[in-house]
Amino acid sequence: MTASRTIAEQLQRAGVSRRNFITFCGKIMVAAPVGLALTNKLSPQAMAATIGKAKRPSVIWLEMQDCTGCTETLLRTSQPDLGTLILNIISLDYHETVMAAAGNDAEAALNDAMKANDGKYVLIVEGSIPTKDAGVYLTIGGKKGSEKLQEVADHAAAVIAIGSCASWGGVPSSTINPTGAVGVDSIIKNKPVVNIPGCPPNPYVLLGTVLEYATTGKVPKLDSLGRPLFAYDRTIHDHCPRRAHFDAGEFAAQFGDEAHSKGWCLYKLGCKGPVTHAPCSTRHFNEVVDCWPIGIGAPCAGCTEKDVAFTVPLFTTVDIKRPVPPDFYPEVTPEHRPVSPVATGVAGLVGGALVGAGFIASKKLNEGTSDEKPKE
Amino acid sequence: METKAQPLGGPLFTRGYYVLLGLAVVGIALILWRFAVGLGAATGLSDGYPLGLWIALDVVTGTALACGGYAVAFVVYIFNKGQYHPLVRPAVLTSALGYTIGGASVIIDIGRPWNVWKVPIQFWHWNLNSSLLEVALCIMAYVVVLWIELSPALLENAKKPILVKIRNFLNKALIWIIALGMLLPTMHQSSLGSLMMLAGPKLHPLWLTGWLPLLFLMTCLAMGYSIVVFESVFSATAFHRKPETPMLINLQKVAVWLGLAFVVVRFIDLTANGNIRYATKLDLFGTMFWIETVLWILPLLMMLANPHPNLGSLFRQAIVIAFAGALYRFDTYLVAFQPGPGWHYFPTVPEMFISIGLISLELAGYVAIVKRFPILGGLGEKA
Amino acid sequence: MSTDRRGFFKNIAAAATLTAIPTAALAREKHKAPADAVGLLYDATKCIGCKACVVKCKEVNNLPADTDGYGGGLYDAPNSLNGTTKNVIQLYKNAGEESFVKKQCMHCIDPACVGACMLGALQKSKFGVVAYDPDKCVGCRYCQAVCPFNVPQFQWTKIAPRIVKCELCKDRLAEGEEPGCTEVCPRKAVIFGSYADLLDEAHKRLRENPGKYVPKVYGEHELGGTQVLYLSHIEFEKLGFRFSQQRSVPDLQQTVSHGIYKGFAGPVALYALLGAVMFRNRKKNPEEEKES
Repeated sequence: MTASRTIAEQLQRAGVSRRNFITFCGKIMVAAPVGLALTNKLSPQAMAATIGKAKRPSVIWLEMQDCTGCTETLLRTSQPDLGTLILNIISLDYHETVMAAAGNDAEAALNDAMKANDGKYVLIVEGSIPTKDAGVYLTIGGKKGSEKLQEVADHAAAVIAIGSCASWGGVPSSTINPTGAVGVDSIIKNKPVVNIPGCPPNPYVLLGTVLEYATTGKVPKLDSLGRPLFAYDRTIHDHCPRRAHFDAGEFAAQFGDEAHSKGWCLYKLGCKGPVTHAPCSTRHFNEVVDCWPIGIGAPCAGCTEKDVAFTVPLFTTVDIKRPVPPDFYPEVTPEHRPVSPVATGVAGLVGGALVGAGFIASKKLNEGTSDEKPKE
Repeated sequence: METKAQPLGGPLFTRGYYVLLGLAVVGIALILWRFAVGLGAATGLSDGYPLGLWIALDVVTGTALACGGYAVAFVVYIFNKGQYHPLVRPAVLTSALGYTIGGASVIIDIGRPWNVWKVPIQFWHWNLNSSLLEVALCIMAYVVVLWIELSPALLENAKKPILVKIRNFLNKALIWIIALGMLLPTMHQSSLGSLMMLAGPKLHPLWLTGWLPLLFLMTCLAMGYSIVVFESVFSATAFHRKPETPMLINLQKVAVWLGLAFVVVRFIDLTANGNIRYATKLDLFGTMFWIETVLWILPLLMMLANPHPNLGSLFRQAIVIAFAGALYRFDTYLVAFQPGPGWHYFPTVPEMFISIGLISLELAGYVAIVKRFPILGGLGEKA
Repeated sequence: MSTDRRGFFKNIAAAATLTAIPTAALAREKHKAPADAVGLLYDATKCIGCKACVVKCKEVNNLPADTDGYGGGLYDAPNSLNGTTKNVIQLYKNAGEESFVKKQCMHCIDPACVGACMLGALQKSKFGVVAYDPDKCVGCRYCQAVCPFNVPQFQWTKIAPRIVKCELCKDRLAEGEEPGCTEVCPRKAVIFGSYADLLDEAHKRLRENPGKYVPKVYGEHELGGTQVLYLSHIEFEKLGFRFSQQRSVPDLQQTVSHGIYKGFAGPVALYALLGAVMFRNRKKNPEEEKES
């Protein structure tokens, strides 16, 4: 539709103030301090210039077995009005929850978008895909979810799986997994899939990924599970503001006890931080500081990790497989009290004086003189 | 030519005496300070090195150097060489003072001195396995014995009837006291060796041996004889009297042969248990071992080179042996004692000056007593 | 001259007879753990270095925070056992190898400190715990010198200093509770139990996990055996356990000392000998009787 305009043009047309845009760029920089070419700039202004020159990427957003939480997280921002910003930085050509069209019109919109930006649009997928019983548990417009997904993905330039459900199956896939729910990369095999797990994930991680693609033509570096390294390289534990309490052995034993009120480590309450790769500890939610589980005193549930989230009970403690000690441990043979150089010097002087006195005394004795009374 | 022992007389407060007193006063002030601030602030001691200068020097080496009375007692009372008798009083005085200062050093060194009365009194708590208990009890008893041994000299010119009565009683009972005065040092000087046996694997193999009690005993006797020689030469020179040179030469000979025996026993033991291999490495331990060995053999060479030594030569031999013995003890207690990496010890300046102050106090006491009481001058005219 | 040499040899002979006995001494009986012995089993492979045990130990024992250490005055960060720390976690890290190690009193079966202490302030008491009674302590610090693990610590800064060391929470044991450290460990890296059970458990883990551990339970035989046992995936020497000799520390000294003294028989005999010789000499030289 209007995807041929550059982002700068679109923002201008939409009347988005430059200040709001710079602020937005700053937020993306904070969300992705390393790992993205986009944010590897000297200032938000420089980043704004780069983004401004890029064409608005066309985005098609499919929802599978989802709760719409990932959409909500994106829309849940307000400073500036990210909803507005998003719609002007990306061209959200198809999104079932947000778009005005419905029914046949919606189908038509999708087909139009796919045709107009064939091979150039970014496909964002939210929700898991059922595979059991021939996938009957998700039908959209008469088509099986997995089929629709494959169809749209075939003509996409990049595929992003947003949220834990799309990344590895999420909530529906836990325990008995009645629908055989799987993540996007179990269905789409002919295209690389970027996974942005979380329940919900941080919206700025999504935006950073999309804009990196829009400005450089490449998706960010990924780990072995397809997750952008700039956000998922560390565990919550490694980046946790309460880590000092863990290191000092200060744990809350029960919700509401004194240690809990003091903000001590939640490990013993079942915090999955040590085994959860996620950016939450340094990028919070809803644009409110400390608005994230541990920040409000709730142990991390490990929502990004398959085999942890919705599988390991909330209050069960986890094994820490690779305890990475901070520098705050004494070594096995620490150095103790050093020797005083002054004392050594004084001892040398005293010793020397005694030796000298002895020398002189014995010489005197040799000579046989006994008039002098030698100093004792 | 034997004359009776007499007080030296003469002015007490000479320049040298003031120096001693000055150092003693500094030492006492520092001792009070130590009790005010605690051991951590006053000393270089640590949990890795809990025993330091005060133990190694004042107690272990100091009491060994104070074994003159013990050593001479063997010659005079066991081997019946009455001609050495004039050496007894000054030796006993040195011993009494030396052990008193050693005991004072212990009181200053321990952290809970208000409990120390329990050591001799609460026999039902005695741990009979503890070498330190044995050392403590023997030293406490020996200090008393030494002053009793010395008291006939101190009371010799007393006129008061009660004092005369005590003097007469002492003269009769003296052999039993003197026998005690030879038993006790035999026990505790060897136990000072057993003490470090319990350090076990923390003590370097060149020093750790079941023969430590014998080695400490031999070296203490050698040091005792040497100190008698040193002290005799010194007093004779300082107080213008002729020294008893032939006797001193004999005593020094005993000391030298004891030193040689020490080296021999040590080498046999180390060879038998294979630990002699540590002496082939010239690290800190190997080096100290060889320095000790050389220092013990050196007086023998000096003696063989000069069978008729003059005073100076005797003096030097005595000093070398005293130093060799001191070094052996310092090595056993501080150098060969290895608490592990990360631990270091060196005495602090106040710690050193407390030791210096106590030694000065001892020397000042010696000077005062020999000037006022009949200790010296049993033999030899004024020089 | 000749008398000197004879005298010298007499001297040596006398001393030698007294001390010749160590070589012929009967070996002292090896001490065994008491029947009610309890202990700790610390498995370094399970420890995550959380230091909950360090914190709990301070709490249970009313010990103040250690801000002198390298915590920069802000954190309770002891770097080893000291006058305010009875239990510490240290880290061994070298060339890709890492392990935490918990350090506290080993509660030896034949402790050097107990052998050293003059009035028995340190004793093997109930359950084989090495307990400390400050009323009997003169602060001589001999126990510190002889402990092969450098466990007893001294309160250097106090006017009335005591020895400070883990006593296995003996007051809690008396109430039937377990020690603080084992109670709070979130991964059960250190556990409490009867010494026999813990030794069995340790061997069980060695058997069932070949290749995971250094194949030794440290403390089973070392230094006469300790009631605190260690399992590790890294050589114990690297974790700061310097000694692996099986002979207990007091064995040598007590064998020699008892061999020489034979209770009080040795000293009494020597005293009698000395007295007898002097008496005979006095008889020989009556004119010197008065001189002293």
